[in-house]
Amino acid sequence: MATLDSKIPQGELSKKWSNHKAAIKVVSPANKRKLEIIVVGTGLGGASAAASLAELGYNVKVFCISDSPRRAHSIAAQGGINAAKNYQNDNDSVFRLFYDTIKGGDYRAREANVYRLAEVSNLIIDQCVAQGVPFAREYGGLLDNRSFGGAQVSRTFYARGQTGQQLLLGAYAALNRQIAKGNVKSYPRHEMLNLVVEDGEAKGIITRNLVTGEIERFGAHAVVIASGGYGNVFFLSTNAMNSNGSAAFQCYRKGAWFANPCFTQIHPTCIPVHGDQQSKLTLMSESLRNDGRIWVPKKMEDVKAIRSGAKKPTDIPEEDRDYYLERRYPAFGNLVPRDVASRAAKERCDAGYGVNETGLAVFLDFKTAIERLGKEVIRQRYGNLFQMYEKITDVNPYEQPMQIFPAVHYTMGGIWVDYNLMTTIPGLYAIGEANFSDHGANRLGASALMQGLADGYFVLPYTIGDYLSHKIQTPKTDVNTPAFDEAEKAVKEKIARIFSIQGKRSVDDIHKELGHIMWENVGMARTKESLEKAIKEVQRLRAEFWKDVKVPGTNEEFNQELEKALRLSDFLELGELMARDALNRNESCGGHFRSEYQTAEGEALRDDEHYAYVAVWEYTGENKEPVMHKEELRFEAVHLAQRNYKD
Amino acid sequence: MNLTLKIWRQKNAKAKGAFETYHVENISPDTSFLEMLDILNNNLIHEGKEPVVFDHDCREGICGMCSLHINGHAHGPDSEITTCQLHMRKFNDGDTIVIEPWRSAAFPVIKDLAVDRSAYDKILQAGGFISVNTGGVPDANAIPIPKADADESMDAAACIGCGACAATCKNGSAMLFVAARVSSLAKLPQGRVEGARRAKAMVAKMDELGFGNCTNTGACEAECPKAISIAHIARLNREFLSAKFKD
Amino acid sequence: MGTFLYNSSIGKKLVMSVTGIFLVLFILFHMSMNLVAVISPEGYNMICELLGANWYALVGTLVLAAGVVIHFLYAIMLTLQNLAARGKERYAVTAKEQGVSWASKNMFVLGTIVLLGLCLHLLNFWSKMQLVEIMGQETNSLGFGPADGAALIRYTFSQWYYVVVYLIWFAALWFHLTHGVWSMFQSLGWGNKTWYPRLKSIACIVATIVFLCFALVVVFYFIQSLCGGACNL
Repeated sequence: MATLDSKIPQGELSKKWSNHKAAIKVVSPANKRKLEIIVVGTGLGGASAAASLAELGYNVKVFCISDSPRRAHSIAAQGGINAAKNYQNDNDSVFRLFYDTIKGGDYRAREANVYRLAEVSNLIIDQCVAQGVPFAREYGGLLDNRSFGGAQVSRTFYARGQTGQQLLLGAYAALNRQIAKGNVKSYPRHEMLNLVVEDGEAKGIITRNLVTGEIERFGAHAVVIASGGYGNVFFLSTNAMNSNGSAAFQCYRKGAWFANPCFTQIHPTCIPVHGDQQSKLTLMSESLRNDGRIWVPKKMEDVKAIRSGAKKPTDIPEEDRDYYLERRYPAFGNLVPRDVASRAAKERCDAGYGVNETGLAVFLDFKTAIERLGKEVIRQRYGNLFQMYEKITDVNPYEQPMQIFPAVHYTMGGIWVDYNLMTTIPGLYAIGEANFSDHGANRLGASALMQGLADGYFVLPYTIGDYLSHKIQTPKTDVNTPAFDEAEKAVKEKIARIFSIQGKRSVDDIHKELGHIMWENVGMARTKESLEKAIKEVQRLRAEFWKDVKVPGTNEEFNQELEKALRLSDFLELGELMARDALNRNESCGGHFRSEYQTAEGEALRDDEHYAYVAVWEYTGENKEPVMHKEELRFEAVHLAQRNYKD
Repeated sequence: MNLTLKIWRQKNAKAKGAFETYHVENISPDTSFLEMLDILNNNLIHEGKEPVVFDHDCREGICGMCSLHINGHAHGPDSEITTCQLHMRKFNDGDTIVIEPWRSAAFPVIKDLAVDRSAYDKILQAGGFISVNTGGVPDANAIPIPKADADESMDAAACIGCGACAATCKNGSAMLFVAARVSSLAKLPQGRVEGARRAKAMVAKMDELGFGNCTNTGACEAECPKAISIAHIARLNREFLSAKFKD
Repeated sequence: MGTFLYNSSIGKKLVMSVTGIFLVLFILFHMSMNLVAVISPEGYNMICELLGANWYALVGTLVLAAGVVIHFLYAIMLTLQNLAARGKERYAVTAKEQGVSWASKNMFVLGTIVLLGLCLHLLNFWSKMQLVEIMGQETNSLGFGPADGAALIRYTFSQWYYVVVYLIWFAALWFHLTHGVWSMFQSLGWGNKTWYPRLKSIACIVATIVFLCFALVVVFYFIQSLCGGACNL
């Protein structure tokens, strides 16, 4: 039976990681050659981990659902990556990055993990530069920085609006080098559909070849899940269309406990929804808030005039504009954390000041910045984002302000891991967005890239050795065992069951309905009633899925509807789990906002006495209520306080 | 908008394909091109027909997964965007739109509009990297890099590996793709160290995989969703030739 | 060392580029020589005499022939490989890409026209001049001396169909050069965003000068033949 031992090392916070590294075991090069590791996912976490582990000498198999590892959704991260380099001489430090991250996460993350993240952040930048990542530079040839939400220093390194792409291409290049050397075997267009657990340990995975439909078995001494987040449970999100929670969810089913599933990040600057045919939402980088100012009109008649087209936003004089973030949070202004900015936008729109026909949009305006810096500087900084905005909306943001609205972006929750990034199943690891560990209830901008690469380059390669050092006598995993038989059979049965239904509703129809239920009830603001309703609705929809879904074609072909159906079946479980977790957490913190729990000013009201813990859920069987366990969070280095971005 | 679609349907890599004609109705001009195909597919599913397979993922023009040759243009008629960023307002009510997969011997069709682009991965595996292991690298600011060089490196690094260049080139040449990577790393001091080896290895792999020869038409640059310049091809030529003459 | 010249794509392009440069230089030389025929037929014949079948002219001819042969054989090799790389299935619909010249996509066709024209030209002139000298004969089939280039020009371009064929030939050469001249720099690795407009302008200027000067000789002698001896242009 799994237990919750977070394995946080003893000692002073700043010494924990070095003490731990000194204490854990290592595997000799000769033995590494005998050990196999499976990595599922090739985003920043997966690619960096697979490459680094292969460099160490392990035999790595890496799986991704796209046609190339380079397509992973990390590639879409725009703004930047944080590091405590203090290159700007603005009094940044490892402690300040740690503190900002803990505070930004509304004190629901593990201190030791976050401190380690801040510690290794500098190594990441060095590594990426050595790999040839073309970060932005000053004329003197040194690296440039910009500011991101939730910080008062400039510590974000960036490569135009394509930082995630450049970092991923760096990790992918390192991975390619190992593939060429034969240390990594790459399996693109393969989807993990089950985890194999034998004698209580992770032994391998069952995959489906997405082109041929072949169900295959792969064994290893350890399995690493780097499959990203589950934001697509909402149907409309900034996630890629194929991003899904299935790999993580299969682990949950097999005994890996799931932490804080309700912690979802709603990103404040996305292009608003335009209609019900929309398939996904496009993010406009948080970096835009460096120079863009967010506002709605002060007067209701102006709102109406803008909506009807009688007035343009540029017609509204300065004094009639409500720069509500600058008004409410003078110290941080437009650079408050994402959850705060999103809720403030929702507050204005709920009050009726939304500026488009649906009433669900606010302005992000570059007028002041263009006046101050000139169009050319703005073009250099955000050119590709402006172009993207214009292509999508047909509005030129150099002349008219952008319209933005919050949208689902990231899931802080994920598979529970200990300090070694190992889940409650020995031999099963989770890294990057797939785990829960570092961002608490809200992730700061430019920290996801940092975490993915920290886990993959500098944490997992150390900690996995501690487990594998016990496996040097274990021979290559035999995939012809009852555990593999059983796991493969379950996959084949599930696929057969889906094809046997041939109902009336397409996968997208049902997914859209799920998204609607989740957004309305488990979205930016949640209440006890909405959550109870969501649980019932999701259960009903799940039953409907298994009665009425229609998936054409067969398994033995390239069948995208089958892929979507399998993923949706897991989202339909995850959605309920998220609602249950949100219902359990009778407080507001970070991205989790329970309307019942707010301050007089409408800020999130935490309940540290009762909820300063990680809610960790254990799967107990199909259609059975999961059991919640608690990992108490102990804060030694920071003092718990109401987050204050006002002064 | 009401549209007629002529779409290439092909059961699998070995099967013979053909165009099928479909009609979609009431499409909003604000709908994206791929959303229009989503609508078509949803209709097809409800009619009991097989939906059209096409590759797509991020739908914001960065992952490089989407492809499609639309009315004779890779990524459709608009410039500097991917198919997923193309919106229906670029078409007129009543239009007939012909949608084909990438056509290139090195990109065989897998099904319908989806092709196999693993050849690009193989080229990068041949040398599209800097040979450094994780850890033990100098401080990020240890080597100053002129801003102009870093910017030019970034221009080339913007490549998303979608395959539009080889799919557009009348010679099926992958030179723009290879050049983008070689050039991006060649502009940085870190990348110079093994520049000669890289250029030779990647070009050799490109030739081996059956891509054609560049004849400098510039069609790749015109259709590249990231507008990557053929000046990078000139740099690749330079890198390759000087490497060979030093042998 | 050196194998890359025939087994790598960039090596092959280098060969195309270098032979191309050489052929362009020859064309410019030939063109200058032709202009003399307009100014002074006697002067032109002096040049013909100077070249004749002397050793340096023979070496030059052989090198030139090699240049043409290599350029064309490589063009065939590249074109066949490119056709194979394009695959069996072709696009049902193709459209013109912005800024892509027609010539750049039809270099092989244009080159073949140029080569066919060259064959005709060799038959019309070389076989009646240098070849005659090599064979050690005193006069050619038309009864002219082998160094009497002016007479040969006059004879050839008094026939209208040769005028038409030669002008088509020069037009194909014009198209071929508008792409070829800048493209050879690109293949050598000499090109960037600043230089592309310049190189393309240079290519266009060179191609146009070559076309005008060659056409001038043809048209000049044709008009002269129309007038008989009446008009002395």
